[in-house]
Amino acid sequence: MKIKIGAFLGGLVFGIGLAIAGMTQPAKIVGFFDFFGSWDPSLGFVMGGALLVYTPVYRWAVRTWQHPIWAPKFSLPTRNDIDGRLIVGSAIFGIGWGLGGYCPGPAFTSVGAGSLEALTFCGAMLAGVGLYQVFMRGRENRTGEPADRQAAAMIDG
Amino acid sequence: MDSFTPVASTLGGLLIGVAAAGLLLFHGRIAGISGIAGGIFRREPGDIAWRVMFLVGLFTAGVVWSAFFPLDYAFEIDRSTAALVVAGLTVGVGTQLGSGCTSGHGVCGIGRLSKRSTVATISFMATAAITVFIVNELLGGSI
Repeated sequence: MKIKIGAFLGGLVFGIGLAIAGMTQPAKIVGFFDFFGSWDPSLGFVMGGALLVYTPVYRWAVRTWQHPIWAPKFSLPTRNDIDGRLIVGSAIFGIGWGLGGYCPGPAFTSVGAGSLEALTFCGAMLAGVGLYQVFMRGRENRTGEPADRQAAAMIDG
Repeated sequence: MDSFTPVASTLGGLLIGVAAAGLLLFHGRIAGISGIAGGIFRREPGDIAWRVMFLVGLFTAGVVWSAFFPLDYAFEIDRSTAALVVAGLTVGVGTQLGSGCTSGHGVCGIGRLSKRSTVATISFMATAAITVFIVNELLGGSI
């Protein structure tokens, strides 16, 4: 039960952080990439602020903690190789990010805020996620082995 | 640069970092939104409740915060429904294929000094910039 409350609080604080940071306004995302118009560097400050907290905490935790407070072990990505899927998948994601001005986090929380644009985007996004997962599972069933080893083992984020 | 918000964006970023660090310290998980959402579809027993609760928290943040600050959720770019659908589909498929999004690769991955996440972040930043260039400079900011 406490684990679920912890995850809920994590999502809550994450969502409020996104709103304060201005990341729930697609114009600020598009503005960050609008180098030839009126450039808005805010997104860089958001990532900088988040990294300022996360980077030292991560190093400290993985070096000195035996296990997380409410879980038996850390579930962390293990892969280190660069493959085509990583680059192409991320490139496809970037196209949608620039086009809609939403990435998954801001899209979810903006649906809660009642944004119809976010709802449209989020519906399509979940369809994309579902299509991918169903396709991968179909391939697994045909070949009899996990086609999506990476997702089967551990995803990056 | 009229809408640049360095102080609010840094503060919001710090909060995002606190939330991501909290999920790591308490639950041992990476706070990647696309990964958390995608994992629900894999339907592994015992691995679903925390994902759903994180997304419920994210959703609740929007419900509560927008009651006080509705302008924080303003949609001020000119996009058709078709463009939003295409954007959502590409973000959905792309984040699953590339195993991460802005939070998973851009914050947690870079924070872990992961080579994969750094490459992924460069990749999605590059195509986002190209897309914005095409929409804003060649199509007049509307699609």
